Amino acid sequence: MSHHSSPARAARLWSTVAAAALVGGTVISGCSAPGADPAAAPTAAAGPTQASEVTCGTDPVTMKGYFETGFPLPKNLTDEFTKQFPNVKWDVREDQFAVITQNAPRVLSDDPPDLMRLPQVSELVKDKLLLNLDNYAKAFGWDAWPASQLAQMRVSADGTRGTGPLYANGLNFSLTGLFYNKELAAKIGMTSAPTTLAELDAVLAKAKAAGITPIDQFNGGATGGLAFPLQNLMAAYGETGAINDWIFQKPGATIDTPSNLKAAQHLQKWITKGYFADDINSQDYAAMMSAFIGGKALFIFDGDWESGNLDKQMAGKAGFFLMPPSQAGGKQGAMSAPLTYGISAKSAHPDCAAFFLNWVATNQTAREITVSVGGSHPMGPSDAYMPAVKAGTVTAATLEAGAKVGKDNGAMDFIANATGAIYAKSWTPNLQKLVASKQTPEGMLTSVQKDYEAQIAK
Amino acid sequence: MYAIFVLRPMIVSVQYSFYKWNGIGASTWVGFDNYLRVFTDPDLLGPIGNAFKLIVFFSFVPVVLGLAIAATTRQIAESRLASVARTVLFLPQVIPLVAAGIIWTWLLSSTGLVNQVMDAVGLNSLTRAWLGDFSTALPAVGVIGAWVLLGLCTLLLLAGISHIDPALYEAARLDGAGPWREFLSITLPSLRQEIGVCVTVTVIAALASFDIVYISTQGGPGNSSMVPGLEIYYQAFTERQVGAASALGVVLMLLVLLVVLPIQWVTKERD
Repeated sequence: MSHHSSPARAARLWSTVAAAALVGGTVISGCSAPGADPAAAPTAAAGPTQASEVTCGTDPVTMKGYFETGFPLPKNLTDEFTKQFPNVKWDVREDQFAVITQNAPRVLSDDPPDLMRLPQVSELVKDKLLLNLDNYAKAFGWDAWPASQLAQMRVSADGTRGTGPLYANGLNFSLTGLFYNKELAAKIGMTSAPTTLAELDAVLAKAKAAGITPIDQFNGGATGGLAFPLQNLMAAYGETGAINDWIFQKPGATIDTPSNLKAAQHLQKWITKGYFADDINSQDYAAMMSAFIGGKALFIFDGDWESGNLDKQMAGKAGFFLMPPSQAGGKQGAMSAPLTYGISAKSAHPDCAAFFLNWVATNQTAREITVSVGGSHPMGPSDAYMPAVKAGTVTAATLEAGAKVGKDNGAMDFIANATGAIYAKSWTPNLQKLVASKQTPEGMLTSVQKDYEAQIAK
Repeated sequence: MYAIFVLRPMIVSVQYSFYKWNGIGASTWVGFDNYLRVFTDPDLLGPIGNAFKLIVFFSFVPVVLGLAIAATTRQIAESRLASVARTVLFLPQVIPLVAAGIIWTWLLSSTGLVNQVMDAVGLNSLTRAWLGDFSTALPAVGVIGAWVLLGLCTLLLLAGISHIDPALYEAARLDGAGPWREFLSITLPSLRQEIGVCVTVTVIAALASFDIVYISTQGGPGNSSMVPGLEIYYQAFTERQVGAASALGVVLMLLVLLVVLPIQWVTKERD
């Protein structure tokens, strides 16, 4: 085989490159900048202000839904809704939460669902992709619900979360804390939930000494699950209000505070004492759940979305308590977030979607489904109907804990929700480095704060 | 078709790389800022370094092992054993990469087969969660890549060897050449083009890797196994920095060309 001598070939190559550059340049200069200014989209609150006017009507309606895979609650609710309102059918698409998070802006603008499972809403509101629900809230009296239930889904004009118009609602609101294996707890003599952080430390030390893995927690891949114990420790050492301010992007808020540093140092102590399973940096959420259900660890930090599941798979063998306070009798905090569902600004049936959200919170059967299938507390007024739960179950324990958090005003959103990228790109790598002793507690907080400021400045 | 599905996305990426854009709202022209970030931000520069480390596993290991296997099985090329070996080695190419990635995450987990075997032979001091350890995550990803690409290289090189005139080997043996001499003087030079194809394909696989890393480590722990392909995805869909993602994509494309073109030139057969 032979080929042409180089000069001719090189000349041809260069002319091709030049032509390509020329074509590329022309096309680029011929194109306008990508994206459109969303200012044209409507921003005022939509819908009528009388509850009687907000219905699904009587004509056949097909509601377009975009839900999260792996959680049966929305499907159970929409099925029951169709039973009660037979003119409403559902066309539901499902994806994993991570996929929904990444697709949310494009789906809301290109293929607008009537009802969609949402990640943190502030960036979606900034892009004017979500319907303002204030008029529905007024019509249905959502404003009379405990304010903490809806605060996380309010976004003010300056982009701060926590106050301002309402852009989503919840199917329920979840609560996090420590789940424990009752058999392993009995082995080391833990008969009741620890009441202080020091007591919890003692239980962890006892478990370690007895050869039981004290805590298992997912922390591998892009999922830094140590954010759960870290934030619980933050609430034990400091005020939940300041943590919420940071998550809601209040101007000047910082995560790099003295009490949060104490919390991070406490977490580091747990790591260096070997209280976590030694392979947490390679475990994903499913691996943690199967290890815990398989009796391989005393504790996991997780949320009540698992209550129903654990009542089935570990019937009678699993318990739950809130993170104990640093001082006996102190206030208790917990991450608590609504199972957020919103309506696209371009939805074809916004009234019916709003009517459904109100029905989920107020209909007796819907509330029963929310508790029995979802395991979490239903939304709605504090004096609303509560279905009976069997005593001694995990579900009963988490619902009871919810009442305590409500009384202590200790509900916090997740530190992972502060911005769209803070979890995958900042908390996760930093927490993984903390596990491998490649990051210090101080360094972690400084680094996360720096990323946070850069992401908000975008 | 080619213009719509290949050229247009390429040109549009180049265009996006000069803007700051979140994928939905309005965009602003930023000139070369995104490129400047690619070369100064350790979060974007680090993955490029990792991609080069992966070349050792994705390219060097499969080509060398492939050569060894092809050369040693040359004499038994027609036998049943050789065809079984070929099938086994080529199998990873047929299995979907996602499935392969999941199987390997099980094998490499803290209680997986790899650690069980090490425990059994007394190497229990070395066992670990291979994909969750800062020092072993990237090499472990590399091993998965080597496993996938070894079959492809072996098959290509075997095909090449079967085209070498047996008379050459006979002549060499008459001249008193041993197997090593035969390999150096006949096999290797005759396989120049096949080796070129192997190296090119595997180097591109290393530099543009995405699926294996996404399934096995997602770039973790602590970005220690992050590669450019995955970082582009994070930039575009998590950080919502379409401009920076496009800039990194363009740099990656130029990098692949920069590495592959000399390989093409070196391995081209000359008169």
